[in-house]
Amino acid sequence: MKPAPFKYVLASSLDHALALKAEHGDEARFLAGGQSLIPAMNFRLARPSVLIDINALTRLSGIDRPEAGQVRVGALTRYRALERDGEFLRSCPLFADALPHIAHPQVRNRGTIGGNLSHADPASELPALAIAMQARMRIRSAAGERTVAASDFFAGLLTTDLASDEMLVDITYPVLAPRSGACFMEIARRRGDFAIAGVAAVVTLDEERRCASVRLALCGVGETPVDAGAAALPMIGSRLTGDAVEAVAAGVRDLIAPSGNVHASPDYQRHVAGVLVQRAIRTAHQRISHAA
Amino acid sequence: MQPDHHEIELTVNGTRYRRTVESRLLLSDFLRHELGLAGTHVGCEHGVCGACTILLDGDPVRSCLMLAVQANGHALATVEGLAPASGELHPVQQAMHAHHGLQCGYCTPGILMTMTAYLNEHPSPSEDEVREALSGNLCRCTGYQNIVDAMMDAAARMREEAP
Repeated sequence: MKPAPFKYVLASSLDHALALKAEHGDEARFLAGGQSLIPAMNFRLARPSVLIDINALTRLSGIDRPEAGQVRVGALTRYRALERDGEFLRSCPLFADALPHIAHPQVRNRGTIGGNLSHADPASELPALAIAMQARMRIRSAAGERTVAASDFFAGLLTTDLASDEMLVDITYPVLAPRSGACFMEIARRRGDFAIAGVAAVVTLDEERRCASVRLALCGVGETPVDAGAAALPMIGSRLTGDAVEAVAAGVRDLIAPSGNVHASPDYQRHVAGVLVQRAIRTAHQRISHAA
Repeated sequence: MQPDHHEIELTVNGTRYRRTVESRLLLSDFLRHELGLAGTHVGCEHGVCGACTILLDGDPVRSCLMLAVQANGHALATVEGLAPASGELHPVQQAMHAHHGLQCGYCTPGILMTMTAYLNEHPSPSEDEVREALSGNLCRCTGYQNIVDAMMDAAARMREEAP
């Protein structure tokens, strides 16, 4: 398997990369970690005529804190760097649970967060995390800059809100709020395979230790990451009893419309999603108790 | 489209190479066909099997998921550079031999590269951790048990040999 011929350009600056993308539009692709794009090119499912390599743009890589309560991750930051940053994992504990599920170490050494989110694979973990954490995505083009909420970013199967001249440049996540706990869980046929279902849950309690808010997002069970926050609304104000959590799982099973695959029927995916929702909410809740 | 060529310079196992490559040449094919380092095996060519794993600046990566042109300026290590000298074996190779950790051997170079880097970073892994570290390398012969045994043994030897 060999990629079809293309012209390769190593971008020397972000402006250079964006000017090339503006010039070539959909014919051009940005090359970051290449862990999804190169396989697609090897299969000739993707045949870009221009490949804009952004790996030299080191300013797109790294983690910082633009203001209190926020963590900003550059699009070119590799999974490997996130996995090894203890402070980041404490601020955004969903990542500590989710990163080990992303493929295998060899892939995590190359793959980038911006490439992952821009690729928008519905089975991928990080789009669901972005939804659950209410991340904000900063997008640049040669013409300017804009910011969109994660909930508006994922438009469909392998499709995002990015226009043909735009690049996702960084993602800002709120750090875990006080009296909150988070948990990500996933079932796959083998470790590192695509998810049959995955669930990200963030539970926040009020001062009486009743449920103040629940953020819930799933991967692997639709054409985009699924925001299941609505299914968790009945739990608000409750003590997170077994009945309340089971009601949320029932709501999620009704909400999602998985298409099934060679490893799992739609019914099985729905079942797994319901089980994981309960376990993730309970674990997130327990983690608050332990921390407080 | 006119072939798109680029001049690259890189280091593989300590030897410096300068070559002109077509942009679409995969790093795995560059190592095998241009440099004659055929120890790096090519299995699936889409990043699933792990046979083509090499070290890029010390970290294991899939060489079938990189373009040769992207390796410009980098230091690579392949299985040919693993043994300290001709006629000797790296402790991970020695342990694979001693524990019958290979049958057909096709997956072996990728496993050796993955696990030498892993054991350098994690000198005292549990058996579960070794299995997790191996999860990105497929082996269809062994059922993995002998590979796991070999890696536990290799970890012990490397701890003894460490200064």
